[in-house]
Amino acid sequence: MPVASVFPALEALLPFVNKPIQYVGGELNSTVKEWDSASVRWALMYPDAYEVGLPNQGSMILYEVLNEQPDVLAERTYSVWPDLEALMREHGVPQFTVDGHRPVGAFDLLGISFSTELGYTNMLTALDLAGVPLLAADRDTSHPVVVAGGHAAFNPEPVADFIDAAVLGDGEQAVLEISDVVRRWKDDGSPGGRTELLLRLAKSGGVYVPRFYDVEYLPDGRIRRVVPNHPEVPWRVAKHTVMDLDEWPYPKAPLVPLAETVHERMSVEIFRGCTRGCRFCQAGMITRPVRERSITGIGEMVDRGLCATGYEEVGLLSLSSADHSEIAEVAKGLADRYEGTFTGLSLPSTRVDAFNVELADELARGGRRSGLTFAPEGGSERIRAVINKMVTEDDLIRTVTTAYSSGWRQVKLYFMCGLPTETDDDVLQIAALARKVIEAGRRATGSRDIRCTVSIGGFVPKPHTPFQWAAQLDHETTDARLYKLRDAIRADRGYAKAIGFRYHDGKPGIVEGLLSRGDRRVGAVIRAVWEDGGRFDGWGEHFSFDRWMACASAALEDTGVDVDWYTTRERAQTEVLPWDHLDSGLDKEWLWEDWQAALAGGEVEDCRWTPCYDCGVCDQMGTEIQVGPTGRTLLPLSVVRVAGA
Amino acid sequence: MGRSPEGPPPPPVVQRVRFRYAKRGRLRFSSHRDFQRALERALRRAGVPMAFSAGFTAHPKVSYAGAAATGVASEAEYVELALAGRVEPEALRKALDASLPDGLDVVEVVEVATPGALADRLEASEWEIALPGVDLGTLQRAATALLDAEVVEVQRLTKNGMRTADARGPVVAATCRAAAQPADDVPCAILRLVVRHVTPSVRPDDVLAAMRQVADFVPPVPPRVTRLAQGPLDAAAAVVGDPLAPDRDAAGVPASA
Repeated sequence: MPVASVFPALEALLPFVNKPIQYVGGELNSTVKEWDSASVRWALMYPDAYEVGLPNQGSMILYEVLNEQPDVLAERTYSVWPDLEALMREHGVPQFTVDGHRPVGAFDLLGISFSTELGYTNMLTALDLAGVPLLAADRDTSHPVVVAGGHAAFNPEPVADFIDAAVLGDGEQAVLEISDVVRRWKDDGSPGGRTELLLRLAKSGGVYVPRFYDVEYLPDGRIRRVVPNHPEVPWRVAKHTVMDLDEWPYPKAPLVPLAETVHERMSVEIFRGCTRGCRFCQAGMITRPVRERSITGIGEMVDRGLCATGYEEVGLLSLSSADHSEIAEVAKGLADRYEGTFTGLSLPSTRVDAFNVELADELARGGRRSGLTFAPEGGSERIRAVINKMVTEDDLIRTVTTAYSSGWRQVKLYFMCGLPTETDDDVLQIAALARKVIEAGRRATGSRDIRCTVSIGGFVPKPHTPFQWAAQLDHETTDARLYKLRDAIRADRGYAKAIGFRYHDGKPGIVEGLLSRGDRRVGAVIRAVWEDGGRFDGWGEHFSFDRWMACASAALEDTGVDVDWYTTRERAQTEVLPWDHLDSGLDKEWLWEDWQAALAGGEVEDCRWTPCYDCGVCDQMGTEIQVGPTGRTLLPLSVVRVAGA
Repeated sequence: MGRSPEGPPPPPVVQRVRFRYAKRGRLRFSSHRDFQRALERALRRAGVPMAFSAGFTAHPKVSYAGAAATGVASEAEYVELALAGRVEPEALRKALDASLPDGLDVVEVVEVATPGALADRLEASEWEIALPGVDLGTLQRAATALLDAEVVEVQRLTKNGMRTADARGPVVAATCRAAAQPADDVPCAILRLVVRHVTPSVRPDDVLAAMRQVADFVPPVPPRVTRLAQGPLDAAAAVVGDPLAPDRDAAGVPASA
């Protein structure tokens, strides 16, 4: 039976909402399939506003991978802003997909991509608007299977009551495997209802189904153990790793939105994973090993993507793009190829070294050199050793000198506050560093027309990192430290005007910390916040710290634990962590040793250049580092134009 | 220092073209800025040999004439392009239309063959306003009341605060009819307006606000507004002409359907 579009009902509401274009779909390269042509139907959600969700690479990749399957259909859905939410409730319009405007509740699966934990309340809004019971336990065969993915899914315990399943790691193959399980179960006549379907998913070993695991607690509130409650499900669920990125050149035809979004450019992922070993970085830890796309694979994706979209800028995406083994050849090849076509090229993530500036020079050939961004992350050499960010002050000064001399007028520096063992002094050294950066720039250019911006936010310890045991700094101390730094920068006459200062206060970080390292008891907090009106927690104008704290103290009242227990408490080696049954490949002992090494200020090399299998990922997952060089180069392309007169 | 762009100056303009496009269906909810981004990408996708401005942030040379508001559909929006290479207008139309999302449809392209700015030819617009839930008699009474008034000042909230304008003066014609096939037996009256372009602009919702003022006319659901035409005004006949006609005639091309 075809499912009717809710568009006529929605259309009547659109004249009353802000930016209605975000709800109408029809983007270039979007797909609407016949409902009855598919045997497995996915609604893919990015739980934030369209302007943030549409450019998300993960969602875009899965959308295309799924729709390439002849009998699978995938449509996108995003969080609706409160103005439309109120109208939808008033007029009985359900959560809809922007492609076919079909009700989300009618799909077989609802896949939600969590880049950040701050999207949890938005998930509840979507479920509620879709008419899907908030608690997984209350759902039946008529409801979609709610699957969480994205980096936050490496600890989905705080949302374990609301999701049916979670997938860890790369989604490309995983969504196809899940589609197979659903297809077979439907072909078999849906035996055993929802429970059987979830069991089949759990038995596959690659899908975590929280309901098949029981969490037991110790009297003091710590977790005693997490144990399967069904004989056929595995004790631990492993992450997925796609090998050979050249076989997965997605998105081939990126979506081109009409509405303005946060990334007005096309992105090509040039490698996945990072083994720099920065201890705070969850992305670097959970996406190991490094897998490079080849230079020719990159060239094809850039060319095909530009033809398919008409974008005027391409970002070469990865966790540390200058680390690609053939990045110089890639940069030169692309710059040659697109010279004179008014096509912008950029490396969004940069590391502190002069080579990186040369790359940026190459990519900005002939264009404006406005600003370069570097992330020393820690203000003092001591704290940079703690976080294993091996950048010396000399490195930084050399790098910015090169940048200013080659015409870049603005340098942005990213830092964190609240790192383990940090003192006021570590953070105050940022002011001295910024002063030296300006001095170097003035010396290099002989001009006072250069600037440096210091951007700093609170550090949030994340699961599956060496800092997963660390105490998070409380928001009062974080803020006090940030104000001291601000005052130190402002007090430096002669430099204050050349140094911009941007900071994020510590309160949102505490909520993020609660959600990052929380366990199943935190679910009640999320629900209470949502019921109290909590929405769009990633947006300053919607986020309410007081609401989170009030709801947390009420919801956690009988548990013996509180927000501080989850955030500012240091964990001991023997503590069972809520995500220990979820296997990122990282050996917990290695993580612990690295945590101890951090406290001692010891450094770890990058395994791309110093062979090492100690972290455990390659052994555990059966994967290998995949890096070049391939020795190939990019050939010039002939440009196709409209027929001339 | 890299303060001025390296390389030769951009190539000169060798041809100018003007085109009419339509904003239809759900894409009527796109804003003018949305259209501008979509067009610049479509020009690149279609490989149109655009002329670019000089400078660091080179922009393709595109001139936009006054655009219909977000939420308002249109059959007659106009854009002019400056090209660095010659193109055949119909080939350009097809390529550009294929490169824009469905609902932003390129209807006609003509080569600029006459002097004078396109914007100067856009003297008035013809609007069609569908009013579901309104019966013809009610609409006719309101329209008559509007036309009988000399001046009806209405207020509109703009970026620069509340502003007041006469919404009656620029109205050249206001005629009413009933929709041929009302959906679900709900009546639907249709108002056709010819409104002169003035500064500050008077839009269909300003005219509806004026009708509310003079006749307490309040549509039960939001009206659906479509611009049918914009161009030179024949005030006596209350007819809006085709702004591309002079260029088309000069090139000896028959009018498109």
